[in-house]
Amino acid sequence: MPQGRIRNFSIIAHIDHGKSTLADRILELTHAVSQREMRDQVLDTMDLERERGITIKAQAVRVNWKGYQLNLIDTPGHVDFTYEVSRSLQACEGALLVVDAAQGTQAQTLANAYLAIENDLEIVPVVNKIDLPQADPSAAAAELADLIGDTPEHVLRISAKTGEGVEDVLDAIIGRVHAPAGDQVAPARALIFDSSYDQYRGVVAFVRVVDGTFSQREPLRAMAQGTRFEAEELGFFSPTMRSSGSLSAGEVGYVITGLKDVSKLRVGDTLTSERRSATEPLPGYKDVKPMVFAGLFPTDSDDYPELRDALERLKLNDAALFYEPETSQALGFGFRCGFLGLLHMEIVRERLEREFDLDLLVTAPNVAYRVQPPNGEWHEVHTPSDMPAEVEEVEEPYIKASIIVPKEYVGAVMELNNERRGRFDHLEYLSEDRVHLTYELPLAEIVLDYYDQLKSRTRGYASFDYDVIGFRPGKLVRVDILVGGEPVDALSLVLHRDSAYERGRALVERLREEIPRQMFDVPIQAAIGSRVIARETVKAKRKDVLAKCYGGDISRKRKLLERQKAGKKRMKQVGMVEVPQEAFLAVLNLSGERK
Amino acid sequence: MSGARHLYVHLPFCAHRCGYCDFVTLVGRSEQHGGYVDALLAELRLERELLATEVETVFVGGGTPTFTEPHALARLLSSLPDAEEKTVEANPETVTPGLAALLQEQGVNRVSLGAQSFRPHLLATLERVAQPDTVRRAFYHLRDAGFDNISLDLIYGIPGQTASDLDADLDAALALGPEHLSCYELEAKPGTRFTHAHGAELALQADAMEMYFEVVVERLTGAGYRWYETANFCRAPSLPHGPDLRSQHNLAYWRGRDYLGVGIGAVSTIDGTRWTNTPRLAPYIAALGSGERPPREHEPLPDATRARERLMLGLRLDEPLELVGSSDAVDADALARMERLGLVRVRRSSSVGAHIALTPRGRLLGGGVTAELLA
Repeated sequence: MPQGRIRNFSIIAHIDHGKSTLADRILELTHAVSQREMRDQVLDTMDLERERGITIKAQAVRVNWKGYQLNLIDTPGHVDFTYEVSRSLQACEGALLVVDAAQGTQAQTLANAYLAIENDLEIVPVVNKIDLPQADPSAAAAELADLIGDTPEHVLRISAKTGEGVEDVLDAIIGRVHAPAGDQVAPARALIFDSSYDQYRGVVAFVRVVDGTFSQREPLRAMAQGTRFEAEELGFFSPTMRSSGSLSAGEVGYVITGLKDVSKLRVGDTLTSERRSATEPLPGYKDVKPMVFAGLFPTDSDDYPELRDALERLKLNDAALFYEPETSQALGFGFRCGFLGLLHMEIVRERLEREFDLDLLVTAPNVAYRVQPPNGEWHEVHTPSDMPAEVEEVEEPYIKASIIVPKEYVGAVMELNNERRGRFDHLEYLSEDRVHLTYELPLAEIVLDYYDQLKSRTRGYASFDYDVIGFRPGKLVRVDILVGGEPVDALSLVLHRDSAYERGRALVERLREEIPRQMFDVPIQAAIGSRVIARETVKAKRKDVLAKCYGGDISRKRKLLERQKAGKKRMKQVGMVEVPQEAFLAVLNLSGERK
Repeated sequence: MSGARHLYVHLPFCAHRCGYCDFVTLVGRSEQHGGYVDALLAELRLERELLATEVETVFVGGGTPTFTEPHALARLLSSLPDAEEKTVEANPETVTPGLAALLQEQGVNRVSLGAQSFRPHLLATLERVAQPDTVRRAFYHLRDAGFDNISLDLIYGIPGQTASDLDADLDAALALGPEHLSCYELEAKPGTRFTHAHGAELALQADAMEMYFEVVVERLTGAGYRWYETANFCRAPSLPHGPDLRSQHNLAYWRGRDYLGVGIGAVSTIDGTRWTNTPRLAPYIAALGSGERPPREHEPLPDATRARERLMLGLRLDEPLELVGSSDAVDADALARMERLGLVRVRRSSSVGAHIALTPRGRLLGGGVTAELLA
């Protein structure tokens, strides 16, 4: 296919604004999928995505329309996956920016529109769901046009659900989006924008060919990593895998590499031909740094190897996932994992539990900190218990939060942000009654329950997005929890000095309720360094006897004690204290609650 | 094996079933008492060879043995083997001068009187028929008949029982000067009528009543009683070679001795096997009527299990437990931990092997400590 007849595009939209439905209509209309094969939202291949209504992984599908080859590169629609959106956008020349006619522009829409603009993409604005009774297409179109500096007349108005206006969308892609402009005869170069792993065929790379042509059976090389392999098969999705023998400049498709080691091929790398190599790699992606960390521990310690394998597998098509082994005296062997955000964490956990059948314990999430110990080097810590007791200075990640909300909730949003150490940045009216607010906030203040709070205080009307803007100094302290005088590593927290006392006390109180009484007094303390800031005591049992035991009930009493002993063996030992695993869980969950 | 030296005889009949009771009991049925005693004696004849020629203790328990129709009771008692200690359980309202005389005539030398409480409102909660004075009168009828070894049962931790109620009960019991006292914390056993009616209330009072066990131990040991078993106290002998007033029969259980039990629901442990008779009257009588053994459930007791039981039972006593034979049953790490916590004392000696005993505080926590120690 000559490059002039190729169009590569993405659909970007806020969650639930109809991206997947529009993709389905496009597949139907272009006969990529027959009515019989059509099931809703074909592109979302993972069960999890279907259930949550979110698309996690980008995929590319080729369709034909009026003699043109259109490659639709799917993008995720959640705040945590901005990174993946930007990856997909680099493989495109255009983007459909879809907005719900009833809900209008959302924070996510703004964020993704800016991303598309930064990537020099041609934006085709689309107002969707015009069939809804509460739809206000004109208002939505005006807002959208304003956002991208276009005219409202240029905004397409469609209903992906009924199919109304979808043909116009396809025509607009051909008419407005530029053709790819690679060099057909130059040494071949392709950007790996995503990858997946197949049990039988190894690593499958999703690529956008920029220059030249790749052929089946050709020896290839990943330029940054130096990995060499043979292209076992080349092809595209339509929407199922179709072998094509070759992929040329401008085209989007897959390369089956046969590589069994998932770490050998990184998303963002450039593929070239071994025989006639390119000298310069493509710009690639900047490394994303995980900012939210949590410990993942198998409930059954025998599952540790399975957890390790599963993480390795997930890491293949989730470059943002970070993990390293971690040992906790309370929870055993596990991994400290880094995530882009809370949803990312939640999805990784669910995939581990569902796809790999693992039962996991997840500790309360924390952010990355940069610390400078006295006379020491600056370094990053990912676990509160790794924070040195004495520090010269600590820095924590800050975000710029972008919140769009009806004007009557501005007060509620400001109040929440003030509680969370936020600094007001900017306020503007998007329309007569919708306001766009920006704030700078410590990331630590949003990783726990910020999103839920925001939603509940604005009755679900607020939309939220954020960007990490760097590290800033903070008055942060490490709070340790001691049970029976022994620090419990899994329960250490890094807190702002002003809230340390209150949070420490809440934790200690909760632990007192959760730790069963022992044969001795068990002090539970929260401490900053050697200074105890809160203390409770689990009082020793005064009595624990079987009232009577005669000839008739010896067997029963014996079994009772044997059961008790078995129960004790399942407890976690902190020094002399037996702590049920549930107690740790309850407390770890608590740190997600705030009044 | 030369045979069991301890015999338990179960008489299940009661005038009324108390709400907290989970023993095998039958209400009324006086017309069946005679037939049941026939069956008991038949079972005893069938199993006579399991008993040693010299039986040390006989314990007649219930139910309310003294509620049994007097002729049937007399016939039973007269047919039981002779023993150094022969105990019968009695409920206060059944103890008349006549009954006391009957027991005395039939060679009974120890009576365990189910007093439970001396507070009218607590007796009512327990659904006991007796009044405080009934208990006292019963006690003196027994004394008058010549009994010099009387045990009183007390229950504490009754819903609504205050600390001063407990004091008053202990005062009343001590005033009678019994040779022996058994003090049980009320157990709200799942499925009983009592738990249904009072379970929630008891749970609420649990914290307030936590000290009661300690109070009982302090009061009774303060009054000169020996706390020889978790729930049992006896008068210390006034002379160095005075009588040992511990319940010899129950001591046999706690020392892991073999015993034969006859009657419905009765349990026997002999030669590494434990069996339990059917709790149902009709099949019991029917089987023995035709010369058969009653339906039973058997439980093998391998050495390891017996060792665990010896540990569990032995630690209830105030005498050191020799670890020989039980040492595999003990978790050595836990033993060291319990010793460090001052809950267990270990006496190590190369000649006779280690002995362990619970400290006074260890005995208050005996159940938990034992669970820890089990390997």
